[in-house]
Amino acid sequence: MEPQAEMVHWLFAGGLLFLGLVLLCEVLVDEETWRKRAWRVYLWPGVAFGMGVLMWPVMTFFTNSAIHMLAHGSWAQALMIAGGAELGLARGKLHSRWWKLAIPIGLVVSGLAFLLHEQNPWFFARSAFLHHLNGWTLVIGSIFPFGLVWRPNSVVLRTGFALMFVALAVMLFCDRDVAPIFGHLSPLAGVPHR
Amino acid sequence: MAPRSTTEHRTRPRGRAQLAEGLGWLTVAAGVVWAIVQPDRLTLLHPFHQGFWWLVIEPPLLVMLVGAIFVFTVARPLVADQEERDGAAS
Repeated sequence: MEPQAEMVHWLFAGGLLFLGLVLLCEVLVDEETWRKRAWRVYLWPGVAFGMGVLMWPVMTFFTNSAIHMLAHGSWAQALMIAGGAELGLARGKLHSRWWKLAIPIGLVVSGLAFLLHEQNPWFFARSAFLHHLNGWTLVIGSIFPFGLVWRPNSVVLRTGFALMFVALAVMLFCDRDVAPIFGHLSPLAGVPHR
Repeated sequence: MAPRSTTEHRTRPRGRAQLAEGLGWLTVAAGVVWAIVQPDRLTLLHPFHQGFWWLVIEPPLLVMLVGAIFVFTVARPLVADQEERDGAAS
């Protein structure tokens, strides 16, 4: 008895919302207080890495075509690499600031995966609309972590990065398997359920 | 520009930590508002003849849960640490 795809999206939305809140919190308080407890330093990279690991069972059990499988597999890898690089930086095992590029690259890969595996136009159904919106949010939102490579203390960039996760969470919470979007629903999409 | 007082220096970081806790409660409130606006998203209100997953994964409850987890595991300890630091500094 597997949960429906929309439920898996809601669960990941919960994880992304938590990530966004943690990142916003990190912007609000000073670095010294944040680093007072070691576990807090590993919190966001650890959650990102963990979500990458959880993406593998999603790829295995919830994809119904090769292109879906490739898209979910690329998200799993991108999240794990980005989370792993940040864990290495937090632990002090990695020193070069270029490791920070793992996040924007991961976001671009994820965004392109969203856009490329959605075969239907924006107003085909709600899920199609949200795939396009998520994809473009990730691609454009990668500007924030990209800028943070050079300006790691910028409040604007750090806030933008955190809010991007909150926005992605809201989009995923709005997702339904078959539902209209702004009154549009293609008859080819299927019959909406509850 | 007049220099800021020592008290202001001490209370501002604590205020920001409390603001972080407020974000968590705001998230819980958002989940409550969502449940009121779209009660059909809460399967618990009409639980009969529903499958297991429909009863376990309910989006407004998930939002409330995330907010509560954030408050009690991240924000509250952070406020306590900030108060401890402020106390040591004073």
